[in-house]
Amino acid sequence: MSAEVETLPGPLPGGDRLKEIGAAAARVLIPVLLALIMGGIILLILGKDPLAYYGYVAKRGLLTWGGLQETFTRMAPLLLIASGLIVAFRAGIWNLGGDGQFLLGAVITSAVAPLLVGSLPDLIVLPFCMLLSIATGALWSVVPAILKARYGINEIITSMMMSFLGTSFANVLIKLFFWDPATTVPQTRTLPVDDRLPRLFGSTVHAGVLIALAVIILVHLMMTRTAFGLKLQVVGANPAAAVHAGLNVAWLTVATFAISAGLIGLAGSVEILGVFGTVRADWNPAYGLLVVPLVFLARFNGYGTIGFVFFFSALMIGGDSAARRVGVPQHFVLVLVALLLIFLAVVEYLDHLRRKKVR
Amino acid sequence: MNQSTAVVAVRNVTKRFPGVVANADVSLDFNPGEVHVLLGENGAGKSTLIGMLAGMQQPDEGEILIGGQAVKIASPRHSLELGIGTVFQHVLLVPSLTVIENLMLGGSWWQRLARGAALKRFRELSGLLGVEIDPDAQVGRLSLGEQQQVEIMRALWRGEKVLILDEPTSMLTPQGVRDLGAVMKRLRDKGVALILITHKLVEAYAFGDRISVLRLGRVVGEIAPDRLKAMTEKQVTDTVIQMMFGTVEAHARDAEILTGRGRAAHRDRAVDRSGAARLQVRDVGTEAERGACPLRSVSFDLWPGEVLGIAGVDGNGQKHLAEVLAGQRHASGGKIEIGGIDVTADGVPERRKHGVRYVTDERLGEGTVGAFSVATNLVLKEIGVAPFWKRGISDWNLIHDHARTQIKRNDIRTPSEKIPVGRLSGGNIQKVLLARELNAEASVAVFNKPTYGLDLQNTRLAHDRILASAESGMAIVVISTDLDELLELSDRIAVMYQGHLAGIVENGPDVERKVGMLMTGAQKDAA
Repeated sequence: MSAEVETLPGPLPGGDRLKEIGAAAARVLIPVLLALIMGGIILLILGKDPLAYYGYVAKRGLLTWGGLQETFTRMAPLLLIASGLIVAFRAGIWNLGGDGQFLLGAVITSAVAPLLVGSLPDLIVLPFCMLLSIATGALWSVVPAILKARYGINEIITSMMMSFLGTSFANVLIKLFFWDPATTVPQTRTLPVDDRLPRLFGSTVHAGVLIALAVIILVHLMMTRTAFGLKLQVVGANPAAAVHAGLNVAWLTVATFAISAGLIGLAGSVEILGVFGTVRADWNPAYGLLVVPLVFLARFNGYGTIGFVFFFSALMIGGDSAARRVGVPQHFVLVLVALLLIFLAVVEYLDHLRRKKVR
Repeated sequence: MNQSTAVVAVRNVTKRFPGVVANADVSLDFNPGEVHVLLGENGAGKSTLIGMLAGMQQPDEGEILIGGQAVKIASPRHSLELGIGTVFQHVLLVPSLTVIENLMLGGSWWQRLARGAALKRFRELSGLLGVEIDPDAQVGRLSLGEQQQVEIMRALWRGEKVLILDEPTSMLTPQGVRDLGAVMKRLRDKGVALILITHKLVEAYAFGDRISVLRLGRVVGEIAPDRLKAMTEKQVTDTVIQMMFGTVEAHARDAEILTGRGRAAHRDRAVDRSGAARLQVRDVGTEAERGACPLRSVSFDLWPGEVLGIAGVDGNGQKHLAEVLAGQRHASGGKIEIGGIDVTADGVPERRKHGVRYVTDERLGEGTVGAFSVATNLVLKEIGVAPFWKRGISDWNLIHDHARTQIKRNDIRTPSEKIPVGRLSGGNIQKVLLARELNAEASVAVFNKPTYGLDLQNTRLAHDRILASAESGMAIVVISTDLDELLELSDRIAVMYQGHLAGIVENGPDVERKVGMLMTGAQKDAA
């Protein structure tokens, strides 16, 4: 769908940019509203008070200082995964192996960082661990990338299979090689809190959020304002035209996969360096697939993604506690996201019909 | 128009698509025992009209009468059940199945395949068409002409009331066209109503009993059988041109393109072949995917200012030839030299630097990215190259400026350089491609079916561009299945047959016969 829409900087044709932005905002806000109403109806059917639920979500996710900090903190891994997905999706490559790439990135960082912090300054250790995790994620994408580039094998299947292998392999690494002898539950050594990413301005929000924001903006600029980004978009929108224009599609495929998986690996690293400091065996937040709809909602636009990720983080953080208080399953947040997707599609379709009529 | 004799009639039919009225208030009668030619250039609304008769589209207004009764043709199956069979431009048979298996495909899924009954019908239709085909032959092994005969049988399978032929000659050899003409005459004499869609006047005159001319979705004229019989070809040509353009003084070249009698436009200049050849191709071969035709040991020389036409029935390796010259397909053997420099191993960007240009026939399929702006598509082959990119950073202002200049210079009709190229008409997309490919640095240009799907005006423009490029000293290869086009443009014509260059002949008198013989593969060196 939106994979074919080219992003150009600068004003849109026609000149009335404000109107376009207004229409775009309406296309997002109306579905959000509809999703909230529909979710409220479902809560009513379940015999719960929707206003209480949404109230708790807003209060916990946005309106308390502690909750807001958690929301910002949660944005870091989601934004980095989103950056990785934007690069891939724009190039028409469906890297759905995010969970494996994320966990392997996390495990490598949590294995290496505690070993190095004693002997090297944090300023070297933290970036080194991030680079290592980027490399790990990228390495994990080589198999699907080569299978796609050389033999045209569908990367959705192969990247997901590599993801299953990756999540299992991450556990194997923890249990066989990186198990902290001081613990009874299998987990890696813990990075001391003092050596983690610095907090921002006395809050609990760590510097990884800034890294993530910088990365997604850079990715957006790369896709819209560089030759490399345009080449990826050509490959994504029309592979035959890419061959015709003499682009090295195989190489671009491998590079795209490596960048995408590398950024997702970085997300794992940042989450460990910023929040957890250790990886327990069988830990898997499964962010990889959660971010996919958000990226689609933003039509692969980096700035739009920041907004959606913020909204979703608040929902996640607020939804956790609201669900407990109101007495609905925690996954009710996912119901809301699903409703949002459905309504976005409906509104998009109606808008398409309207425009067709106008023409 | 006599209502009682028409087996199928359309009455005041209007069909709109976003932005265009494809058919406006069209009324036509199709009589049994008559070949009714629908003549018109591309975009005149012929395909929409038969699309509605074939049940693929519904009219917005008006009605279709069958035997005098208004009928809503709901689906292609319904159309077949009503006795309306359609043969489309491209073969729609399953190549791996046999003839009789293909013919049995249309049956309902719960019924057993009744081979006996099918064979009976097959023999009936063979007799009707006057053709002999082995029912157990695999379709993929038949010639295109025979495949088309099978298509005709399939179209008539459920009843032989009406047969629609959509540009049936475009993929046939001259001999195949003659065979088709015989089949059409037989069917007509048996009382079938034939509808022949074409944009070539010669065919309309040779095969038609009644000619209706469509332009911009409207019926702009009709020549009834009695009148047609009494007219000479010249008179028919004049009449049709007058119908199409409302004036006898229509552009002379429009007439030439329409009639395919464009000899006058052929340049009387001799190409200087005493110097070094610009392009040398030696024993070049390619490897093909399943079902495609590879190149087999192709060799030729091309001099500056020369136009080499490549004729041949579609699918005989022309696409591979274009791609291997452009550098977008790897040559498995042989050597390609440009100005004495070996470029065999070079890809598209390197060849472009040597001045190689390729205007593809798949304008939206590979030539452009439909969702991207006109501006982006104009620099699609220069991504990352200065001046539009500096150290990898896009200079969008410059790219858009460049696009505005090109749009003006090449008369590309678009509201803005930021409009997705896919929204432009075929002719304007072709202008975008020509603007991108033909610039001062071009030295060798390959055109694959440069006017396919274009209307008269754009066809003329494309021809002018090709000839002007040759005048300016470019070495040019034009690949086309339209022999008339090659006769107009080329200095020499080479014929491709099953991946070989079956021969190269100088353009001149009697070239048509030689090319025709080479096309069938009957004779290796007619020249």
